[in-house]
Amino acid sequence: MREIEYREAIKEAITEEMDRDSKVFLIGEDIGVYNGAFKAYRGLLDKYGPQRVINTPISESVIIGAAIGAALTGYRPVAEIMFIDFAALAMDQIVNQAAKIHFISEGRVDVPIVIRTQGGVGKGVAAQHSQSLEGWFYHIPGLKVVMPSTPYDVKGLLKTAIRDNSPVMFIEHKMIYPLKGPVPEEEYTIPFGKAEVKREGRDITIFAYSNMALKSLEAAEELSEDGISCEVIDPRTLVPLDIDTLINSVKKTGKLIVVCEACSRGSVASDVSARAAERAFGYLKAPVKIVAGLNTPIPYNSTLEEASIPGKADIVEAVKKLL
Amino acid sequence: MRERRSFMAGLSGKTMIGMLEKLIEIRKFEEKSIRLYESGKIWGYLHPCIGQEAIPVGACYAIGKGDYIISNHRGHGHLIARGADIRKMMAELFGKSTGYCGGRGGSMHMIDIELGILGENGIVGGGIPISVGAGLSCKMDKKGNVAVCFFGDGASNNGVFHEALNMSAILKLPVVYICENNMYAISMCSKDSVACVDVGKRSDAYGIPGYIIDGSDPLEVYRTVNDAVKYARNGGGPSLIEAKTYRFYGHHPNDPAEYRGKEEVEYYTSEKDPVSNFKRKLLEENMITAGEIQRIESKLDEKIKDAVTFAMKSPEPELKKFLKESGLY
Repeated sequence: MREIEYREAIKEAITEEMDRDSKVFLIGEDIGVYNGAFKAYRGLLDKYGPQRVINTPISESVIIGAAIGAALTGYRPVAEIMFIDFAALAMDQIVNQAAKIHFISEGRVDVPIVIRTQGGVGKGVAAQHSQSLEGWFYHIPGLKVVMPSTPYDVKGLLKTAIRDNSPVMFIEHKMIYPLKGPVPEEEYTIPFGKAEVKREGRDITIFAYSNMALKSLEAAEELSEDGISCEVIDPRTLVPLDIDTLINSVKKTGKLIVVCEACSRGSVASDVSARAAERAFGYLKAPVKIVAGLNTPIPYNSTLEEASIPGKADIVEAVKKLL
Repeated sequence: MRERRSFMAGLSGKTMIGMLEKLIEIRKFEEKSIRLYESGKIWGYLHPCIGQEAIPVGACYAIGKGDYIISNHRGHGHLIARGADIRKMMAELFGKSTGYCGGRGGSMHMIDIELGILGENGIVGGGIPISVGAGLSCKMDKKGNVAVCFFGDGASNNGVFHEALNMSAILKLPVVYICENNMYAISMCSKDSVACVDVGKRSDAYGIPGYIIDGSDPLEVYRTVNDAVKYARNGGGPSLIEAKTYRFYGHHPNDPAEYRGKEEVEYYTSEKDPVSNFKRKLLEENMITAGEIQRIESKLDEKIKDAVTFAMKSPEPELKKFLKESGLY
């Protein structure tokens, strides 16, 4: 199978959906001649023109509000928030508006918007450009939350997100854009709420998403050299969450590590570990271990930055301690 | 900056009587809602628009089918002026299954996409960004439709006001922004909150047409919105209309509004009452008789009564349905 970059897979998904449905359009900052801050939209302005690739001023609230208003009146916008940190500037529109309309209209009104954004540590861009804020959105009923870790997943899930009638927070990771992976030429979509067992194993279950799924796979590979067999589960979508696949794995391995890059306090990892403990307590042979970011703003210095989030070594160490 | 003067030309007598009916309907709906609230029949928050009726009526007469309105927390007048079903509105105030939101929204969250009502809003300023998207749709649809966004003086101080007017102006979107300046954001007087005093003057900052008008006169509102709508339909872009108005009561029924002077309240309620002024005007112009007004009043009393009966007799929302559907979110 051919291999393409994560950012190229995003562009393919967008292009296919814009060609399929004339109601899909793009809106965001620097998505025109600049091709998007992470160059996922190269060539799209030329192909679709400024009517469907709407380059905006730095106005996050109105980027999301415009997407909501267009969605209420028949369109399917893909709005971009350049860094998830900037979603803070649009929280009313995301949380109080987009997330609520379907419910308060008793399901009569849909808000089919995709909010593409990216987060995470790794580029030395410090406290206001490196956060993992998926927990904010995971907490809000009415939003779906998608965090793809591979080119294959990002393409299939983005196509599903665009076709979904709910507001979707589509959260990419800044370190994954240049990574290559197999993506079929033929069209496919990936359903929401289906975790993928990225690596099968017997001894321990590692639950991880986004860049931490990739780090966990690296850790599992290293551990296999010591004869330790890890099962790595990537939920791919946090809302809806495929908890069953996780529980079934825990029933098999009896041990669970939940990894996330976000700081541990109030994190998705905390919630997932609580839910696993509720559902599979009788199968667990050891306490659930959370491997997460420190409860700190992200520092600039590269040594400090690296220390602020889990790495492969942290995951390896946690597995060894638990076994 | 264009100052608008009021005049009656250009509208038929029938249309003006229709406007009067809407003014009275809104007034009666709100008066009834307050009584229901005070007697504990409905609860939550209620923000009556008594004193401000001329703005939604004048504005909604200037738009047509296919156009959109975006409302706010004080939104009953916008909905009624746009033709919303007052049975569904009243049922929603009662939290009943037949209400606009099936009892999930209450006073501040009613929405009717078929009528182009893209929602009231519980967040001050929350609807302003959404109007940009409605304007974007109108522009992309190329059918000449427009969006009318209602908000207050309080919302005009929120950052989204600037973001939205700037972006609409840049993209030349067909949005008519109507600031209903009722002088108070809960307790804060707009004289103390709006640095340039007149919200309408802020249009200069975006290079768009701005109007400052008497919001107690439905004809002045109609003429001004009509101009702004024509301009928008012709591709001119957005306009900002500040309609000066007055909230006759407090922020909500539990607010005695002690932050306002007695003389001020007396002046506006006696001199700037849109309902009694418009009645008088139509009588003076011999466009209607006192008897005809009485008949309209009685008809609307019955209509409101029917809405209340409908609401009270309607079933409660099904708990089972809610519990089941809560799993969707």
